[in-house]
Amino acid sequence: MARREQARDTALERYFDVGVPTPETPIGDVPMLAMDMETTGLDEQRHAIVSIGVVPFDLQRIRLAERRYWVVRPPRPLNERSITFHHITHSEIEQAPDLDDVLDELLAVMAGRIVVVHYRHIERTFLNAAVKARRGEGIHFPVIDTMSLEARLHRQSWWARLRRWLGRPPASIRLPDSRTRYGLPPYQAHHALIDALATAELLQAQIAHRYSPETPLREVWN
Amino acid sequence: MQVELLEIRQHMAQFPPFEQLSDDLLDELAGQIEVGYFQAETDIYRHGDAVEYLHYIRSGAIDLYRRNGDLYNRLSEGDIFGQFDLLRDRRVRFPARAIEDTLIYFIPLAAFQHLCEADDNFADFVEVERPRLESTVDQQRKGHEMLVTRVRKLASRAPVMVESDATVQEAAQRMGEHSASSVLVLAAPQTADDSHAFTHEDGQLRRMVGILTDHDLRNRVLAEGRPASTTVGELINERPITIQSDESVYEAMLRMLRNNIHHLPVLYRRRPVGVLHLSDIVRYETNSSLYLVDNIFRQPNVEGLAAMSSDVRAAFVRMVNEDDNSQMVSSSLSSIGRAFTRRLLELAEEELGPPPVPYCFMALGSMARNEQSIVTDQDNALVLDDSFDPEQHDAYFLTLAQRVSDGLAACGYSYCKGDVMATNSRWRQPLHVWQQYFRDWIDDPSPERLLHSSIFFDLDSVYGDEAFVESLQDLVAGRASQRPRFLAAMARNALNRTPPLGFFRTFVMEKDGEQNNTINLKRRGTAPLVDLIRVHALACGSRAQNSFDRLEDINKTRLLAGHSGERIRYALEFIAMVRIRHQVIDIQEEREPDNNIEPENVSDNERHNLKDAFQVLSNAQKFLKFRYPMPSQKR
Repeated sequence: MARREQARDTALERYFDVGVPTPETPIGDVPMLAMDMETTGLDEQRHAIVSIGVVPFDLQRIRLAERRYWVVRPPRPLNERSITFHHITHSEIEQAPDLDDVLDELLAVMAGRIVVVHYRHIERTFLNAAVKARRGEGIHFPVIDTMSLEARLHRQSWWARLRRWLGRPPASIRLPDSRTRYGLPPYQAHHALIDALATAELLQAQIAHRYSPETPLREVWN
Repeated sequence: MQVELLEIRQHMAQFPPFEQLSDDLLDELAGQIEVGYFQAETDIYRHGDAVEYLHYIRSGAIDLYRRNGDLYNRLSEGDIFGQFDLLRDRRVRFPARAIEDTLIYFIPLAAFQHLCEADDNFADFVEVERPRLESTVDQQRKGHEMLVTRVRKLASRAPVMVESDATVQEAAQRMGEHSASSVLVLAAPQTADDSHAFTHEDGQLRRMVGILTDHDLRNRVLAEGRPASTTVGELINERPITIQSDESVYEAMLRMLRNNIHHLPVLYRRRPVGVLHLSDIVRYETNSSLYLVDNIFRQPNVEGLAAMSSDVRAAFVRMVNEDDNSQMVSSSLSSIGRAFTRRLLELAEEELGPPPVPYCFMALGSMARNEQSIVTDQDNALVLDDSFDPEQHDAYFLTLAQRVSDGLAACGYSYCKGDVMATNSRWRQPLHVWQQYFRDWIDDPSPERLLHSSIFFDLDSVYGDEAFVESLQDLVAGRASQRPRFLAAMARNALNRTPPLGFFRTFVMEKDGEQNNTINLKRRGTAPLVDLIRVHALACGSRAQNSFDRLEDINKTRLLAGHSGERIRYALEFIAMVRIRHQVIDIQEEREPDNNIEPENVSDNERHNLKDAFQVLSNAQKFLKFRYPMPSQKR
């Protein structure tokens, strides 16, 4: 793999060494990692990561015992005091380590697992930008995006197009609304770890309802 | 606290057995959970699968099945399953299937074991040798009423009080007038801001300075030869030992024992509100319904008796609120019912004259078992001397029976729908006819014939010549155990009423999948338990009538295996207590009490325990069927 040969950072090297499952692997055999981040904004060039929550899982079980959660200090000081984060105080952020200090651990839990997120354009782009800024090279990785799986059903299907044509509002594909459709309980907290857990549960439900454990990985990843 | 797991632990903290865990244990537990999603109509476990988790239903609902495909239980949010498998052989006994989209929290074996070790309540809840039903019944018994009952409840009479400059003679006169065994002694406060002062009825500031008792009058006045003009102030000890009205009866008793005193002035802040005597505590402890029974025998007529039915309800509510167990409550109610019956017979005899031949008034069913509830009808009969001649004597006994039956109806014991009353000539017969009835039932039984006769196998005398009923009890005890066909027929009838499968949120789940929104706890719980206990009791020749006494006799034999006798006892006690509690709620909310409960009014804990109790009943019925098979008939 070209990316591995280019990698000079040892942690990144180890990450690429493990590799990812092949596109033909049945989803039931794929080890996964649900991930959620809180950021100071939506633009990875101007904004930064504040917290990261990850939970390893597969189609059978979400293993909370192996969960990881980090609060990290953005490189640019938080001059906008107006930004509020649920559960995180400003002083907590000021005392937190830089992402660089937790990056090795993060890469270690990501190794060999397919990352699962709800709306891939946050986690993947922010992580890539942050790694590039610290280790001199970016990180690209395949993700399963539970939001885009919902969009396929509720935005791109003939049924969704028919609804749109009839002037009906499109079904919401936000995380809580998507969960409700599968009978999953509402979670109050807005917290990177709880959202990662919520995403993992959603993917289990989506596969159970719409796909099967035999579905090859290539059909669901991006 | 791990804020990220709040969502999980807050949910679990609402449901037993997790609701009782410490915050630390809950945090630790939440961090070890594994989560799994199951789509509706998919299998979670098949029979024999390995089990390595305790399962907690976070959302959705599941069914557990028996191996033969029958529904075993239906569980929903907050319920747990798999604990028995974990404690047994770690193999799935009841396959599980999601009936709604379901999210399950898997609690790993190690975490489960850790909780069992760290928390006794948790262990009690899940442990197989000591199912939660038993521990709940025991816990209720332990919650001793003396610890929770306030002193003010017992010392309700206003205290008799005298000034300290009164003479002992004046004090003795006041005590005589009020039939009191003590007086409280008052004096003017020593200073204007005396912290012990209170405002007396006459508006004067007073303080309570002591207590003078019968005992003092004897020992300190008469025995020491003091004159009647001695002032009370000379005799008393300043700074008497007192108790505040909101302290517990238990504390009052300790204070008496510690100080070797029998009288304790009761204060509300600084004002004396009563005097508690040791005998008040003793009377309270023994049985408060004694008072009621005493009162019943003083009533001069039926109207007086009928007017007491509200007192009976009040006594019932009090007993239940004081946490008596079902046996105490129902035996007190039975004593009250018997007292009504006896008083009505006394009144009838006063009016009709002495009976022409000896008789015994016989109670049947719940009164005979001493298991009456507040919702009860009358089941009774007359056993007459063999010299009874219908032509000459029956008019007397018919009138007697009518007086009692109408009187009981006026006192709230409705007429028996099946006409099992002494007013029915069939049940107003001489002893030899009764003996023939019982021989016929026992020797030539069929389930149909016995369907309405099982009530006669709970029989006891209430009034009159007890020997008549005793001879019938002897006949039953001696004969029934020798007749397998009779036992089989009784057992068959004992299976007619079955428990519901369980509760599911707001309705009752029946075996055939039907849903009801109320459940009759008598018909579906206590009555079938009583029925099956009766069959075993007849089989072992027990003469006991009370179900708990019968169980004791049964447990002396090898009729029931292992702990099943104990389990049946706990199940009966628990269902009876829930039924009683819901009747109290009915009375307190001014509804007519009945035997029904609505699942939505059942607390989580009660629901779990009831499910267990119904399970015990269901298993006991299966055993009954197997134990007393219908012998092949030789014709």
